[in-house]
Amino acid sequence: MISIEDIKKPENIAYRRPALLTDNVMHYCPGCSHGTVHKIVAEVIEEMGIQEKTVGICPVGCSVFAYNYIDIDWQEAAHGRAPALATATKRLCPDKYVFTYQGDGDLASIGTAEIIHACARGENIVVIFINNGIYGMTGGQMAPTTLLGMKTSTTPYGRDAKLNGFPLVIADMIAHLDGTAYITRQSVHTAPAVRKAKSAIRKAFEYSQMGVGLSFVEIVSTCNSGWKLSPVEANKWMVEHMFPKYPIGDIKDVPAGR
Amino acid sequence: MAEKILMKGNEAIAISAIRNGVDGYFGYPITPQSEVMETLMKEKPWETTGMVVLQAESETSSINMIYGGASCGKKVMTSSSSPGISLMCEGISYIAGAELPCVVVDVMRGGPGLGTIQPSQSDYNQIVKGGGHGDYHNIVLAPASAQDMYDFIDWGFDLAFKYRTPVVILADGIIGQMMEKVELHPMKPRRTAEEILKAAPWATTGKTADRERNIITSLSLDADIQEKFNRKLQAKYAVIEENEVKFSEYLTEDAEYVFVAFGCSSRICEAVVDGLREEGIKAGLLRPITLYPFPEKEIARLATQVKSMMSVELNLGQMVHDVRLAAGGKCPVGFYGRQGGNIYTPEEISAEFKKFNGLE
Amino acid sequence: MAIKGAIEVDEQKCKGCSVCVANCPTGSIRLSDKVNSKGYHYAEMTGDGCIGCSQCAVVCPDSVITVYKVKI
Repeated sequence: MISIEDIKKPENIAYRRPALLTDNVMHYCPGCSHGTVHKIVAEVIEEMGIQEKTVGICPVGCSVFAYNYIDIDWQEAAHGRAPALATATKRLCPDKYVFTYQGDGDLASIGTAEIIHACARGENIVVIFINNGIYGMTGGQMAPTTLLGMKTSTTPYGRDAKLNGFPLVIADMIAHLDGTAYITRQSVHTAPAVRKAKSAIRKAFEYSQMGVGLSFVEIVSTCNSGWKLSPVEANKWMVEHMFPKYPIGDIKDVPAGR
Repeated sequence: MAEKILMKGNEAIAISAIRNGVDGYFGYPITPQSEVMETLMKEKPWETTGMVVLQAESETSSINMIYGGASCGKKVMTSSSSPGISLMCEGISYIAGAELPCVVVDVMRGGPGLGTIQPSQSDYNQIVKGGGHGDYHNIVLAPASAQDMYDFIDWGFDLAFKYRTPVVILADGIIGQMMEKVELHPMKPRRTAEEILKAAPWATTGKTADRERNIITSLSLDADIQEKFNRKLQAKYAVIEENEVKFSEYLTEDAEYVFVAFGCSSRICEAVVDGLREEGIKAGLLRPITLYPFPEKEIARLATQVKSMMSVELNLGQMVHDVRLAAGGKCPVGFYGRQGGNIYTPEEISAEFKKFNGLE
Repeated sequence: MAIKGAIEVDEQKCKGCSVCVANCPTGSIRLSDKVNSKGYHYAEMTGDGCIGCSQCAVVCPDSVITVYKVKI
């Protein structure tokens, strides 16, 4: 019988955190999807060996401090404007891998003009879109992607279409634009889901150097604090309620002929 | 002999950008400065110098493209006119807060609101006093000719990179639209990647093993850190105020009366001074070339020499407050202005001057 | 041949979110009765059923789990 100590030897390591993640403790709430997405972004950059060629652009919202966690050069944008920063960065430095990391308030509300026009122009950038249907950092207000009936601090009786309008399904909207090359919707609530999301991010990074247009990876996520659920319950709620409105899978993959 | 070409002030901005090694221009059409981007698109500098030119979806996006491009250590610029500049002020505040270099050209038109498309100088307060939120300054250069428009691009970028701060070229519809001879200086190449690393070691050029990651941000959240940073900014502004003031004077040596005017108004006031001199009135002109930093020491000196000063502006009295502050009550400071795109004649200013000084 | 695994949790950085517990196919992780300096009940291995499949580490939002695996 082999002892635990004998198993825990460097040569037996099957998985460890990517070296590209810094030692900083993430400020996110326990169970927050942001941490998992940060990790797979770090893994993709590390595995592709492109740390020196990558520029990240973080948003305003919970992930405003993304630059504290992945060891690459970062720009911190004004609310919603990350695609504008990315546009200039990529056009001025075409050899760089340029990605934005944005939440639903940032990308789908205040930043709709910037994201839609970056898509329409076919900017060769990667957009990682965290959609958890709520404003996390400001304390759980309604987001453009909040589901009908969903309770938030500014829809305390549930989102009512007459009062608040309907959820914005951004990925489907931009799929109609000729400048987008790859649009996919993923999640990170199970290990297989994380692996698929990571493959999608890797594909998006690879496409960004092929001059084929904008790649958009939406991650349907949880905000357990805002949703007032435990992390595990929030994952279940996401599967039951978010997935029907925001179904997981590829929406568009032009280089692959889809 | 250097090449001289007849062109509009707006065209001079575009040609100067190409010839002075600017890396990128990002803008949005608005009268009376649309010729800047039109000229760039016609010249196609991406085929010659490699300069990037892009028409953005809004002024908001343009200024944030500037933020992104400046973050990479590139020489990037935009241009707009008053209502568009209002939209850019958020971005300019972020650029000041992130200590990024850039050049913004404001070809002023009448406001408030959509206003008029004729010349004005009514963005003085907005640009010289800030415009966006927070304790920051733009370095503000006031061109008075198409040649200035050409020359100030290179000067502006020198200052922007020297101090890591936004520089605004505060022009007006007259300077933008007027055609004059412009002397072209020798071409300056765009910076190489190595030169950018040297000029902007703080830029997001890709994290290498020999340095920590570069983060461009204006966020601190911690009150003490923010206060410390703001004091650092103020210390930088003190150095700018000490070293970068620029002005020109016309017949002030023996002047008993001095006009203070910038941009197109200074050109008109030169004619006023000439007319008054012919009548035996010892008038002179101080033209601030930098509006921030403001030539307050020279105004203070002149205030002890003259009987009065008069600030002449295409607005309802904005710079005059800075002139009065600098004069420190040592002499009366009058004001004359027109608005809405109307422009004064030298005779009109002369009459107002005489009324103010009781010379009739 | 059997596969044996083990995990090591960075106890001080674990926030006790339990996502790893829910994802473990062999029920080999639980939250400890003890708390770390932040007051979180951190994750820990339990029993000898771990097969080193890495599911726990892959879903961990704070990347605090290292996984080891041997074939015996």
